[in-house]
Amino acid sequence: MALLEIRNLHAQIEDNQILRGLDLTVNPGEVHAIMGPNGSGKSTLSYVLAGKPDYEVTEGEALLDGQDLLDMDPDARAAAGVFLAFQYPIEIPGVATMTFLRTAINAQRKTRGEAELSTPDFLRLVKEKAGELGITQDMLRRGVNVGFSGGEKKRNEILQMALLQPKLCILDETDSGLDIDALKVVSDGVNALRSPERGMVVITHYQRLLNHIVPDVVHVMHKGRIVRTGGKELALELEASGYAAYGQDAA
Amino acid sequence: MPAVQETVDRVKSIDVDQYKYGFVTDIESEKAPKGLSEDTVRYISAKKGEPEWMLEWRLDAYRRWLTMEEPTWARVSYPKIDFQDYYYYSAPKSSGPKSIDEIDPEILATYEKLGIPLRERDILLGIEPQSGSRVAVDAVFDSVSVATTFKAELAKAGVIFCSISEAIREHPDLVRQYLGSVVPVTDNFYATLNSAVFSDGSFVYVPKGVRCPMELSTYFRINERNTGQFERTLLIADEGAYVSYLEGCTAPQRDENQLHAAVVELVALKDAEIKYSTVQNWYPGDKNGKGGIYNFVTKRGDCRGANSKISWTQVETGSAITWKYPSCILRGDGSQGEFYSIAISNGFQQVDSGTKMIHLGKNTSSRIISKGIAAGRSENTYRGQVTAHRRATNARNFTNCDSLLIGDKCGAHTVPYIEAKNASAVFEHEATTSKISEDQMFYCLQRGLSQEEAVALIVNGFVKDVLQHLPMEFAVEAQKLISVSLEGSVG
Repeated sequence: MALLEIRNLHAQIEDNQILRGLDLTVNPGEVHAIMGPNGSGKSTLSYVLAGKPDYEVTEGEALLDGQDLLDMDPDARAAAGVFLAFQYPIEIPGVATMTFLRTAINAQRKTRGEAELSTPDFLRLVKEKAGELGITQDMLRRGVNVGFSGGEKKRNEILQMALLQPKLCILDETDSGLDIDALKVVSDGVNALRSPERGMVVITHYQRLLNHIVPDVVHVMHKGRIVRTGGKELALELEASGYAAYGQDAA
Repeated sequence: MPAVQETVDRVKSIDVDQYKYGFVTDIESEKAPKGLSEDTVRYISAKKGEPEWMLEWRLDAYRRWLTMEEPTWARVSYPKIDFQDYYYYSAPKSSGPKSIDEIDPEILATYEKLGIPLRERDILLGIEPQSGSRVAVDAVFDSVSVATTFKAELAKAGVIFCSISEAIREHPDLVRQYLGSVVPVTDNFYATLNSAVFSDGSFVYVPKGVRCPMELSTYFRINERNTGQFERTLLIADEGAYVSYLEGCTAPQRDENQLHAAVVELVALKDAEIKYSTVQNWYPGDKNGKGGIYNFVTKRGDCRGANSKISWTQVETGSAITWKYPSCILRGDGSQGEFYSIAISNGFQQVDSGTKMIHLGKNTSSRIISKGIAAGRSENTYRGQVTAHRRATNARNFTNCDSLLIGDKCGAHTVPYIEAKNASAVFEHEATTSKISEDQMFYCLQRGLSQEEAVALIVNGFVKDVLQHLPMEFAVEAQKLISVSLEGSVG
């Protein structure tokens, strides 16, 4: 069975139709890249899958492991294994990053009917994963994303992904605002999470991220639909020719 | 911070507008005749076995009260209070100071339900699970103090901790010297009323150079219907002394409004320090705004000696109406005043609370951190006054008032009054108002937190600066209380 099956998905926000009949199938173990000009609906797709309020699905369906994703609350989707790495991670002042991580892990475990992680186990896990991403103890003590640089915020997203072990990772423009070194650290973090059971949808405007996270399938999105699908060489082609072929609203 | 999880479990275990402490204890009580008159005042004084001077003090207050008007400047509205419709004294039958063994088991059971262990022997024997340091408790049930624990141990250190009634009998000189010296009899309408009819409360005296060996705590409970509770607390830290004091409050859930008008006076002499923490959780009324406590409280500390320090920390979650401004008079040179406050309003609650920092001495400093959280249809006002007398050279104040709105039917207001009559004074005021953003909520939900968990987490982050000033045990308790108070505020 496909991990993620999207059929004829239509969605709008405040009467603006953004997704117009999108189809996408992601099998376990696959990494799909979604590219496309600005305004083509890439971020909207990620928000609709994660269940952001204000986005209204008007037609179509999205199934995770055959389960109707669109019928679930955002927190239930998270517990079911959907993870969204935000393009602009949100600040939560006064809440230590460590507290946030622990609350999130245990909330998901509880929803799945699992026992809470013990303090020593949790600390061990965080220490290991944070170390791999070059996240310091000081960052873990600070408020969630408060005073973090662009690179630190993105690394924090990947840390959460590594701790929560989702089935489906959606990365929304994770490369934006990253310099080459940070891009490498983040990409290594993502690649370490590639596994035969896990699927990934990597949304990006630029090919450069895909040099580090090499996709199995590349899609081009335009006006709310997938208009072209190919292998990783498609990304290189786009890099050379740009999005001009996809209409006047190209970036 | 595992408290977040506990919070959620706790929230889940109660119904939406069910106030956890809303039960009624069924005991026989002895009440003064309904209404207020000189006879009522005499009745109370006689019941307490008070000396003549105390009765005269009360009667003087009562006569002055008759000439006073109820203040209307606060941003709260409520039907006019009929002061003749309350009972001004209610005591569990056969009350009076006694050993814990003689207390009505029903009352003991009440306090156990509230999580306040009065049986110090059990604590000492390790029967009660003890997490942190020990806390000495004075429990006030309606109008009388029913038990004070750890008295003997405190006495060894020279600390007096007893009910105010007992202090009036046993330590009249101290009481006469300090009672009304911080909040004068005619200070304001409610303080004057309290002076006439105050029923009980706590008295603390920490002698020179003594650091009180444990936290002191008073627990107030209004049980009887239509009863006003008028407690009076007097706390004196003599030169170089230190004491940390905690106050907790609950009441049963009743349809009618109950009246609470307390006066708290703190005196810090030279080099003394008083830390006063309150977790106020009076019944706030139901989800339609019916019932709840009217809370009109005068709390003031006098930094009377040089380099003394008074610190107020309050977590206000209950009451239908809150009218409360714990203040500091910074009289001694180099004295310091602090006010840390979390005021949460939900449903139809109205909060008008803040502080006054009155700088009289040289090199005095004060700090105000106020966090107001408004949800539901509540109104939450911070009202603060900072003044520097013309002799208050180098007075300093830092004020930070943050308001957080949850939903779009509530209101938050900040009303600062700042007045400096000395050119060297430096007063800073910062204020912000924000809402829990949908982006913050979505971010939390996407990570798997439920709505309640997300709100609890964000609000606990918002109030963190204040929570860290509470004694450890109370910080955890307050964190839970905050989440419970905001139950049903989103979604």
